[in-house]
Amino acid sequence: MAKVLRTEGMNKCIGCFTCMLTCAGVNQQNHSITKSAIKVRTRGGMKGNFVAIVCLACKDERACAEACPSGALERRAGGGVLLNAKRCIGCKKCVSACIVGAVNYDEINHKPIICKHCGVCARFCPHECLRLEEVENDI
Amino acid sequence: MIYEKHIKVLYIDLKNNKIKIEHREDLYEYLGGVGTASKLLEENMRPELDPLHEDQPVIFSIGAASTIYPVVTKTVAMFVSPLTGELGESYAGGRLALTMFMAGYDAIVITGKAKKPSYITINSNNVEFKDARAIWGMSSDDVGGIIREREPGSGKRSIIRIGPAGENQVSFASACVDTYRHFGRLGLGAVLGSKNLKAITVIGDRNIPVKNFKDYFKVYQEIYKKVTDTEIMAKYHDLGTPINVEPLNEFGALPTRNLQSNKFEHAEAINGETFAKNNLVRKLACTGCPVGCIHIGQFRREFDQGYEYESVSVGYDYELIFSLGSFLGIKTTDEILQLIEVVEQMGLDAMSAGVALGWATEALANKLVTEEDTIVPLQFGGTADYIKAVRYMASKENDFYSELSKGIAKAAARYGGSDYAMNFAGNEMPGYHTGYGSVVGAAVGARHSHLCNGGYSVDQSMKELDKEKLVDSIFKEEKERCMLNSLIICLFARKVYDRETILKALNAIGYECTDENLTEIAEKIYKTKLRIKKALGFYLKGIKLPKRFFETPTMNGTLDEAVAYELIDMYNEKVNELMTE
Repeated sequence: MAKVLRTEGMNKCIGCFTCMLTCAGVNQQNHSITKSAIKVRTRGGMKGNFVAIVCLACKDERACAEACPSGALERRAGGGVLLNAKRCIGCKKCVSACIVGAVNYDEINHKPIICKHCGVCARFCPHECLRLEEVENDI
Repeated sequence: MIYEKHIKVLYIDLKNNKIKIEHREDLYEYLGGVGTASKLLEENMRPELDPLHEDQPVIFSIGAASTIYPVVTKTVAMFVSPLTGELGESYAGGRLALTMFMAGYDAIVITGKAKKPSYITINSNNVEFKDARAIWGMSSDDVGGIIREREPGSGKRSIIRIGPAGENQVSFASACVDTYRHFGRLGLGAVLGSKNLKAITVIGDRNIPVKNFKDYFKVYQEIYKKVTDTEIMAKYHDLGTPINVEPLNEFGALPTRNLQSNKFEHAEAINGETFAKNNLVRKLACTGCPVGCIHIGQFRREFDQGYEYESVSVGYDYELIFSLGSFLGIKTTDEILQLIEVVEQMGLDAMSAGVALGWATEALANKLVTEEDTIVPLQFGGTADYIKAVRYMASKENDFYSELSKGIAKAAARYGGSDYAMNFAGNEMPGYHTGYGSVVGAAVGARHSHLCNGGYSVDQSMKELDKEKLVDSIFKEEKERCMLNSLIICLFARKVYDRETILKALNAIGYECTDENLTEIAEKIYKTKLRIKKALGFYLKGIKLPKRFFETPTMNGTLDEAVAYELIDMYNEKVNELMTE
């Protein structure tokens, strides 16, 4: 079975950013939250609600992969894509193709930051906002 | 700077709109936080000038492990306090530590005065000086809203701002950080106001590769587990700090009606449970803290007839429930939240504001001042008038409120009533009347706060007064916290961060450090703070405590004034010993 990240518990979010800090740490070995594949944002300052902007694990049709001119985004089993960095030319077409804004761009390495649905963020979420769900393999 | 052997200091000169960067290798050994900030304050302060003179500095500093480990979330601000005239030191959470870390500044030193109301935006590659004339006079909440719209960096920025009280240089004006956190105590808001500085935005997006991922992440996980899987931090998340209302009242340690009493007959109506049941709508965390102790309470306000309502949300904590609740005889959670809201809008320190009104209420009852002075008939439990009085303090409405806005020590010096002006060396009292520990701890504490050395907690564990032991443990804790505050961990997590954990955490990010080093660092920092206090004219043996501390019983019985002064003398001896070592 494949796994994908789900964020429907974000109403419980306390805004601690531990998901971002651990995603950047584990996946990019970086202390900076700008390197995280998941972004927690407030809408309307600290008084607004928290939302998680992260790959929705699109199935069947993946706009980011379709937009990629060099075939660097490969379909991931269960949903979403995997980045083949060697093939990526850093054109940012995937960034604009994702209409939920889930593809972040690493301005230092000139590559997109793609969520692997590894679940580190969910593992370190203290308030059960994030979870991994088992899904059918769609490819 | 992480992985580097120096502290990166950003100097901002508001008078000439100039900045300067220094890489200070000599400050590296202070770990950061209060260590770095005390040294920078000592270097830059001008003891001969007024605390609100434009040449006085404001220092912000983050620590050696800021935000890369759980609950290491605080930023320290140091300045010359307009409230006490001596060491100003205050801590705030929110996102500030993360953004300073990501912007690449360990410390920021601000001097000078802007020609016109201004705000500054600090970025990793730029510092901009901006016009704040139109937002001068606004509440800190409104200012936050406007700057959020104007400035980039959503999600990775922090906004410090002051309200009208800061602009008017009320001695206990606070600076709000990211809506719900504050540099509350000792008047940072007034110092920023004296510099014409309405707000500071810090935006960080620096690339910071982890050096030794394996070691670092191993320690990270250990600490994370300790924080989330054990009971150590649970109370801070569940009911939060208001959980203390009930036991402190039961023990007879809850300052009530200007400390006329140590118990509040309506404590149950304003305790943590009641707040949670009636008003709690949300919990939030500072960046990097999986605990989430920030409790947001909501109340409904009828702003017009005809079923016209609005809902208002404010953060609440134990100290606010004490100062704006029991200390003023306020007996409902809604009324306390209303008072918190106006204190927030005006930008005052909630503790000093409540304690000041407690004194004013009694001064009026005792006819030291007239109703003409207080404008409204202040009386315990009278929320509506207290709300007005908070505004009058912030605007320095008349001669009386101008005097009150300097703090109760000064107000009582003019009008009388020093015996019940509940302050320690000019700083209004915190919410613990537990015994010799709370009184002596705050008196000798470097910034006269309950958090200097946690004297109140010694009272709760010590069965019978042992003078040596009490003084020793306060002295030891005062020093230890100098080290903790150089990292800067949130003091709520002090039990998570024992020495062993701290060493592991520091070693994993390349800080070669031993247990002895930590002890040395703590002493070095404490000595720096003591030197600053001396240079600013503080003399511990000259301290005079209001009589009421010795009239109203504590949870450990009525205190003997002579014993308290004896303990202060004993502490002073220890300080002298340390300074001559």
